[in-house]
Amino acid sequence: MDLVELSRLQFAVTALYHFIFVPLTLGLSVLLGIMETVYVMTGRQIWRDLTKFWGILFGINFAMGVATGITMEFQFGTNWAYYSQYVGDVFGAPLALEGLMAFFLEATFVGLFFFAWDRLSKVQHLIATWLLAIGTNLSALWILIANGWMQYPVGARFNADTMRMEVADFMAVLFNPVAQAKFVHTVSAGYVTGSIFVLAISAWYLLKGRHVEFAKRSMTVAASFGLASALSVVVLGDESGYTAGENQKMKIAAIEAMWHTEPAPASFTLFGLPDLATHTTEYEIRVPWMLGLVATRVTDRPVPGISELVGEANTRIRDGLIAYRALSARRRLDQYRPYLWTAFLSLPLPWIAAELGWIVAEYGRQPWVIVGVLPTALGVSSTTVGNVTFSLLGFALFYSALLVVDLYLLRKYIRLGPEEALSPPPRMAEVAAE
Amino acid sequence: MDYETLRLIWWALLGILLIGFAVMDGFDLGTAALLPFVARTDEERRIAINTVGPVWEGNQVWFILGGGAIFAAWPTLYAASFSGFYLAMFLVLATLILRPAAFKFRSKMDQPAWRSTWDWALFLGGVVPSLVFGVAFGNLFLGVPFGFDGDLRFHSDITLWSLLNPFALLVGLTSLAMIVLHGAAWLNLKTDSTVQARARKIMPAASLGFLVLFSVAGLWLLRIDGYTIVSGAAHDGPSNPLLKEVVREPGAWLSGTGPWVAAALAILAAAAAPVLRERPLAAFLSSALVPTGTIAAAGLALFPFLMPSSSIPAASLTVWDASSSKLTLAIMLGAVALILPFVLAYIAFVYRVMRGPVRAEDIRDNSKSAY
Repeated sequence: MDLVELSRLQFAVTALYHFIFVPLTLGLSVLLGIMETVYVMTGRQIWRDLTKFWGILFGINFAMGVATGITMEFQFGTNWAYYSQYVGDVFGAPLALEGLMAFFLEATFVGLFFFAWDRLSKVQHLIATWLLAIGTNLSALWILIANGWMQYPVGARFNADTMRMEVADFMAVLFNPVAQAKFVHTVSAGYVTGSIFVLAISAWYLLKGRHVEFAKRSMTVAASFGLASALSVVVLGDESGYTAGENQKMKIAAIEAMWHTEPAPASFTLFGLPDLATHTTEYEIRVPWMLGLVATRVTDRPVPGISELVGEANTRIRDGLIAYRALSARRRLDQYRPYLWTAFLSLPLPWIAAELGWIVAEYGRQPWVIVGVLPTALGVSSTTVGNVTFSLLGFALFYSALLVVDLYLLRKYIRLGPEEALSPPPRMAEVAAE
Repeated sequence: MDYETLRLIWWALLGILLIGFAVMDGFDLGTAALLPFVARTDEERRIAINTVGPVWEGNQVWFILGGGAIFAAWPTLYAASFSGFYLAMFLVLATLILRPAAFKFRSKMDQPAWRSTWDWALFLGGVVPSLVFGVAFGNLFLGVPFGFDGDLRFHSDITLWSLLNPFALLVGLTSLAMIVLHGAAWLNLKTDSTVQARARKIMPAASLGFLVLFSVAGLWLLRIDGYTIVSGAAHDGPSNPLLKEVVREPGAWLSGTGPWVAAALAILAAAAAPVLRERPLAAFLSSALVPTGTIAAAGLALFPFLMPSSSIPAASLTVWDASSSKLTLAIMLGAVALILPFVLAYIAFVYRVMRGPVRAEDIRDNSKSAY
């Protein structure tokens, strides 16, 4: 592989690993905020223990998000030096603002969340938890403003004296419609991920008949929040996705292996093996009218990100329905075993959707690193194949080892359950009485 | 505000962020580097680790923000330094990646082998970055071989081995001694047991080590040719590093008074820290002035250079030709002025909430939730 391919592969590997942890952090932080709010409002100990227990799992995941995030901040410089030089004037600003406004907030208050239960008043600690949640969500906003600009580079112009792109209209960069759409889409996806995580584990407890009081309450919160989020993905994420961006037409065409413009209504290619040489698609399974149906909604307003939305929205609607059923079954949860099984087995779905979403978003932008501005192949650093091979293998090895440990610890603490994992252990007599 | 002033302010802010990183993250890197020496039993190790437990994540943001701010305000420097120092950066990133996992995962299992593995990870995560950052700074004084083509595409002949030259390694060790002193001063402040006693013994040694290494590096620096801009490089000109003439000149690095004043501050503070060790807060504040003086001295000595090129001196990066556009610098300055005071306020609040030493009882009472 050459330098460009290796650099792309390294970015893909590190970004996809990073995004294993990010959506859960986004969703679980808000769920912790909700659980603790219920604790502060009702004063019932079980909600505090609930917050603390899910907090342990949040912490294990958060550490991995931080660890894999460090690389992301510096990788533009190490591996995409010409990219950084060429657009740093525009692209660097949201990254710096992310550090200033978001990372400081989440990283400072995550310390209080874990270590200051006995040092703060109930309300103070609740505020710390919410600031942690706000910080994580703000970080998504800033990084997606940066990423949205790569898809739809507004508010910048080329300066021949400095041989680079420079900010012309910062407000345009900030209020980039593609970035707004991506933000809503990504955080709702994170909320769904957090909800499914809590839902699936609670369902497993209920199936096993363990920690029933904990699991029921967790399920109520996760199901309500998950349903609201799933609906908002479909409504908000989808609608705001229809606002701008000629550039994404190519992506739909590529995904659909649509080599030639089709007479309306176009059919939707469900499966096929595109042949790059002959510009034909082998063994395709086509759904007549389907693409026409999707595309008619967008003829006058080209849509960024619809391609990602199609696949993910399907999963999310399904997740939402599971959540809704679980919610309506809340009173007699432990009797609805099929639903509990569905909830438990849907655990991996949000991650599959999120990772595939990023692959489509980033792969679909090729051959550009910034659409219409800078081809990917020009963005790389002038470093050696040996260097990048070494770092790629290093990161892949480190991340994989840490992921194994992370999953092992999550499994261990889920199996331990709240009674074993917390110190001091929850007083079960009190829990039963509530 | 004119372009020249904005560049000067952003140069100062770059220094402040680096100092913020060295002071705030420095003590937890130092604590990690000292872990095998100040803490032998598992309980002692947990005491040491939990002194930084609630704050290290926030501290590390100074590093991340440093990266982001260099990207936003000095994009050419961001591109050149991180890709030029490729393998050195990889070493830093790889060891820093281990830290979050080590802090969080260590106490999650009881097996001694498990815990000692993460202790090693913490140790490496403390020592390697402290050393490498110093080595990088050392190389800036020597200049590193790089240039730009007409499209301002950066290219360099820097290898990891060329970075590991004697002078740079000396600066690296100076940096490590500085961080170790700061870590010891922190443990002296935040513990009151055997850990404190050991940290207190390390302070004079670390201080002496720093003073010797720092002085030798300073004397050596007198004999290293500096860089001077001889023409071009308008202070409000476009950020294009190919429009000026630069020559190497003996003594250019230490010709001003600024670096000497800052270096004197670092020396006094390093000497005072162990003397004040019976008054832990004063000793800690004193040790915080060591990185402050050291980084200020390095920055002032290099000024206006950010990253000199030894192979094509005219391509060196300076304050006048490696910055963002005037508009970006102005917007980012506004953002910093608006937000940083809040950040500093809530950081101060967190330290107030978490004040007081970490004791063995704290670990025993919270054996499952503590690190």
